[in-house]
Amino acid sequence: MKQWFKSGAPWIWLNGGAVALSMIMVFGLIGLIAVRGFGHFWPSDVAYIEINEPQADAPQVLIGELVRSQVIPAAVARDSGEQVPESVDLVTRHLLKLGNRDQTGQDFSWFLQLYMEPWEYPENIYVIERREWGNFYGQPVALLENGDVVATAEQADFFDQVQTRIERSLSIYDDIEDLEGGEISDINRTLERLRLDERGLAIREVPEEVASAERDRIAAERESLNNSYGVIRQELDALYDSTRRDTLRMRISDGREVDITLGTIVRVTAPNAMSGFDKPLQYVERLWEFMTDEPREANTEGGIFPAIFGTVTMVFVMSIIVTPFGILAAIYLREYAKQGLMTRIIRISVYNLAGVPSIVYGVFGLGFFVYFLGGSIDEMFYETSLPTPTFGTPGLFWASLTLALLTLPIVIVSTEEGLSRIPSTIRQGSLALGATKSETLWKVIVPLATPAMMTGLILAIARAAGEVAPLMLVGVVKLAPSLPVDGEFPFIHLDRKIMHLGFHIYDVGFQSPNVEAARPLVYATAMVLVMLIVILNLTAISIRNRLREKYRSASD
Amino acid sequence: MTDSNENSNAASVDDTGVFGDAMAERERKPVTPVISRKISERDTLSLDDEVSKITVNNLNLFYGEDQALHDVNLVIPEKKVTAFIGPSGCGKSTLLRCFNRMNDLVDICRIKGDINMDGQNIYDPKVDVAELRRNVGMVFQKPNPFPKSIYENVAYGLRLQGVKSKRVLDEVVEKSLRAAALWDEVKDRLQDNAFGMSGGQQQRLVIARAIAIEPEVILLDEPASALDPISTLKIEELINELKRDYTIIIVTHNMQQAARVSDYTAFMYMGKLIEFGDTDTLFTNPSKKQTEDYITGRYG
Repeated sequence: MKQWFKSGAPWIWLNGGAVALSMIMVFGLIGLIAVRGFGHFWPSDVAYIEINEPQADAPQVLIGELVRSQVIPAAVARDSGEQVPESVDLVTRHLLKLGNRDQTGQDFSWFLQLYMEPWEYPENIYVIERREWGNFYGQPVALLENGDVVATAEQADFFDQVQTRIERSLSIYDDIEDLEGGEISDINRTLERLRLDERGLAIREVPEEVASAERDRIAAERESLNNSYGVIRQELDALYDSTRRDTLRMRISDGREVDITLGTIVRVTAPNAMSGFDKPLQYVERLWEFMTDEPREANTEGGIFPAIFGTVTMVFVMSIIVTPFGILAAIYLREYAKQGLMTRIIRISVYNLAGVPSIVYGVFGLGFFVYFLGGSIDEMFYETSLPTPTFGTPGLFWASLTLALLTLPIVIVSTEEGLSRIPSTIRQGSLALGATKSETLWKVIVPLATPAMMTGLILAIARAAGEVAPLMLVGVVKLAPSLPVDGEFPFIHLDRKIMHLGFHIYDVGFQSPNVEAARPLVYATAMVLVMLIVILNLTAISIRNRLREKYRSASD
Repeated sequence: MTDSNENSNAASVDDTGVFGDAMAERERKPVTPVISRKISERDTLSLDDEVSKITVNNLNLFYGEDQALHDVNLVIPEKKVTAFIGPSGCGKSTLLRCFNRMNDLVDICRIKGDINMDGQNIYDPKVDVAELRRNVGMVFQKPNPFPKSIYENVAYGLRLQGVKSKRVLDEVVEKSLRAAALWDEVKDRLQDNAFGMSGGQQQRLVIARAIAIEPEVILLDEPASALDPISTLKIEELINELKRDYTIIIVTHNMQQAARVSDYTAFMYMGKLIEFGDTDTLFTNPSKKQTEDYITGRYG
C-alpha cells in the first residue's frame, strides 16, 4: 500500500478522476439541454384515451401528447381528490398536452393510469398549430368555404385539400405582412418625419414666410400620404377577408364541433399518419421554423430568430468597440508608458475591473451611457422628437458599449501578455535597422501579438454573449418590434432595442404565463445560445490558429 | 578560473578538429588564410596607416550608479575587422552597443564622453538615431529574423525608407542574400517564413538584412555563439568577404575566432580597455600582463 502511494499512481488517478468528472458534467449539461430542448420539435404521436371512472356515467375522452409520466403514492392521489381503491399503494400518472386552450382552458393536465383503456393512435387526429391559443388537437369533420361544405373528412384526399387551402392562406398572410411591414410602415415613417418637421418649425426661430411655406408642404404631403394609406388599407381589408374564406370544422375530445378559420392556422399535421420518413422531415421543418421565425404568443410559440440576430449583432458591435480600445490601451501601457507606480496602479485597477459583478456595469451603463450620454445626444441632435427619447433610452448601442466596458479588462490583459512575450531581440533587430519605435511597433510587434489579441477577443465574446444581467437594464427587451439591421437608412439602427437569447431564456422560463408550454423552449433556446457561443468562439479560434501558424516559433 | 580555461582549451581542440579541414579548403580559394597570413606579414599592419572610422574619447558609461565603462579611448579603423575580447561582463557588448546607441533603450543608462564617427559626435542631440542606426548595422547573438517571409525580412529596412519599386527591392534582396552567401540556399523559397530556416541560415539572413540598407559599419555581437561549427565557419568566411566594403566590429568570446577573423583586437577587462593593437601582435606578443594571462588561459 505504502509502495502504491510512493509510486505516484494515486496522484494520477486523482487527476484523471477530476478530468473525468468535469467531462461528465459538461457533457451531461449539454446532453440534458439538447435532449429536452430539441426533443420538443419531434412530431410525437397523439394518443386517443378513454377513461372509465366507476362513478362517472360516461367515459371521458382525451386527445393529446404524452409529456411525461411518474409514479406517486396512492395517498397523494387521494389527497388531490382522485378515486383510488384502498388496495392500491402506488399509481402511475401521466402529464398530457391536450392543447385547445381556448376551448377547455387547460392545455396541460395530469391523469391517473388507473382507469384508462388501452391507448389508441388513430390516424385521423390532426395537430393544428395556430397563431393564437397554442396547439389544437382534434379529429377533422369537414372543410368549409364561405360556410358551405366543400369536402368531408371521409374523402381520401381530405388532408391534401386542407394543405392546399392552408398554403393559399399562408401566402395571403405573407402578402399582408409585406404590405404592413413595407408600404404601411413607410407611410408611418414619413408621417412621423412630417410631424417632427412641424415640431421643428415650432421650436426653432423661423421667418414667417418660410414657416408657412413649410406648413403648406407638410399639409400637402400628409394629405397625399393619407390618400395612399386609404388605398392600401382597402387592399389589406380585402386580403384579410379572403383569409377568412375557408374554415376547418374539427371535433374535439368532448365531442363538440369547432370551426377554425384557416387564416389563423400556421400548420396542420397528422403525426399518427406520418411514415418514418415524414417525421424527420417534419422535425427539420419545425426546427428550421424555430431558428428562423419570429416568436408568437408571448414568446412561447414560434421561433427565436430576432433573439439570435440581436445577440449576434450586439456581440459584433461590442467586438468592434472593445478591440481597438483594449488593444490601444494595452499597447500604451506596455510599450510607451514609463513602467512605475502609476502603471502598476492602472494595471491593478484593470485586473480588478474584470471581477466587478456585471449588474454593476448595467447600472453604470443605464446611469451614464443611457441617461447622461444618450440624453445629451437627444438634446443636441434629436431635439424635435423630444420628449420621446431616441438615444436617451436603452438600446443596441448602449448594450454593446456596456458589454465592451465589461470585457475591456479581458482584452487589455491578454494583449499585454502577448506583447510581453515577444522577445526583445526582435524589437532590437528592427530598431537596429533604423526603424523608429512606432515603425517597429506596427510592423513587427503588433503583428506578432495578434494571436494574443484574438485570444482576448475570444474570451470577451464568450463572456459577452452569455451575459444577461446588465443587458436587462441597457437595451434588451422581451419583444422587439423590429430587427436592429434592415434595408432602411442607416441600415444598422444602434438606437433600437434588441432581443437577446440569454434574456429570452429568462423571459420564457420565468415570466411566461404557460410554464409547461414554455419549458421545452427554454431548453431549446439554451441549446441555441450555447451553440452560438461555440460557433463564435470556433470562428475566432480558427482565425487565431491561422495567425499563430503564420508567426510560428517566433517566441521559441 | 582554471576550470574555465580547461574548458576553453578543450573547445579549441574541437574547433581545430572541425576547422582543420575547412582551413585547408579555404587555402585553395583566393581568400588568404587568416592566421598564417597574419603571422607572416604581421609587421605590415599598423594603426598609423589606417583611416579612422570611429574615435572613442574618454567614454564613461553608467547603469544607474554602476559604472560599466571607464575612460575608454579607441580608434576603429575603416574597412577592417576589429574584435573586442574579454571575459564575461567586461563591457565589450556595452561598448559595441554604444556605436549604434542601442544603450538608449535602457532607461537607467547614462553616457559621458563622446564617440565620433567620420568626425561627427553620434551622441550629439542633433543626431537622428534612426539615421545613425541605418549607417551602423547590427547583428545580435541570437538570430532574430522577423515573423515575415525571407524576402520581406531583407526588404524590411528598404521599405522603412519608403522604397516601393518592386524592381529595386528584388535587386537589393538578391544582392544582399548573395553577399551573405545565402542566395543559392533560399532563392527558390523567398516567400517562405524565415522561421523555417536553420539557425545558421537565420543568422546569415539577419546579416543580409543588415547589409541590405548599405550601412558603413556593421556591429556583430557574438554572431556565432549560438551556431554549430559549420555555420560558424560560414559566418567567419562571410566576415572576411564583407570587410572589403564595410567597417566591422565584432564581439566574441572565442579567442580563436578573434584571431582568425580580425585585423585589430581590443582586450577589455572590468570595463576598462586594457590593450588595443593589431591582432597578431596582441595574440603573440601582448604588452600587458593581463592580456597575456587572458589569452594564454592563465587568467585570474
